Amino acid sequence: MSEPKKPLPTKIGADAPPMPRVMLITGSRKGIGRFLVEHYLGQGYLVEGCSRGESDLSHPNYHHHSVDVADERGVRTMIADINRRHKRIDIVLNNAAIASMNHVLLTPAASANRMFEVNVTGTMLVCREAAKVMMRKRWGRIVNFTTIVAPIALAGEAIYAASKSAVVTLTRILAFELGQWGITCNSFGATPIMTDMIRGVPADKIDAVVNNLAIKRLGTPTDCSNVCDFFIHEQSDNITGQVIYLGGIT
Amino acid sequence: MIELNTAEAIVVASLREVFAQTDLPPPEAITGDTVLVGKDAVIDSLGVVSLIVEVEQRLETEHAISVVLANDKAMSQRNSPFRTVAVLTEHLLSTAREATAQ
Repeated sequence: MSEPKKPLPTKIGADAPPMPRVMLITGSRKGIGRFLVEHYLGQGYLVEGCSRGESDLSHPNYHHHSVDVADERGVRTMIADINRRHKRIDIVLNNAAIASMNHVLLTPAASANRMFEVNVTGTMLVCREAAKVMMRKRWGRIVNFTTIVAPIALAGEAIYAASKSAVVTLTRILAFELGQWGITCNSFGATPIMTDMIRGVPADKIDAVVNNLAIKRLGTPTDCSNVCDFFIHEQSDNITGQVIYLGGIT
Repeated sequence: MIELNTAEAIVVASLREVFAQTDLPPPEAITGDTVLVGKDAVIDSLGVVSLIVEVEQRLETEHAISVVLANDKAMSQRNSPFRTVAVLTEHLLSTAREATAQ
């Protein structure tokens, strides 16, 4: 006689932790990262941020770490410090990245290596160390930032786009490796947003990208927070391994 | 700095926690010879992942020592430093000592 089958679970992991939840945002000193810090502070989150430099943001619920995400020891020290003070990390937004526009024939190996170090290894290190803390609570949300320049194969962004494609693949596999502990992992790629990262890109190049979008406008920081809000929502516990590109790009 | 008995207590407590969090049947007793990896292992491969993370987190929260047990040195060894409770305890002890000496 066969064993009676165990009913399949309808829920994995624990219930969502109560507010205020602890959120880590990398690359938080300026641009999208800074906007997201202020967005989530406004919603009552306890926000931890990091960047290579100091932050001028002063808020009772914000703590800044001067850390290069590609520095393994630095990342471990930062995560340990957050865990020591809050006893948990609920959400990670991996926004830190570097970009360098160059034709591939003019791209030095050092520049390519550095982009992969920060964008791929850095994202992996933050995910790895934060997930170790999240596992113990059986709940977590990770959002890794990618870019539409990967799916649109934008000339001049070969290495940056390749590194961000790696982030998408990393995220999809993390979703499977961490799902059993109630941790979701998703990624999203914004359309061009006027931050320091693209300020040096020629206007006609940006216009050409925008004109090929379904929604022909520049991206905004609110576009980013909107997607993050969705991914980190407590009811999004079955949304994982996904990538959302804005502007109609798939 | 931690001593051998402290390291062993961390490993054993972490292993008990892994059993508490999973459907895996716990062994009657946990000793230094309890096998963690390979044939006769009392936990599966995901249990090993959980165990290593639990050990790291306990060392961090209880003794403020931050280590990565699955480091380059450990992963390149011919014999797994995670194969039994005693071997993992030795690995934990040496890794923690290296971390505190830096």
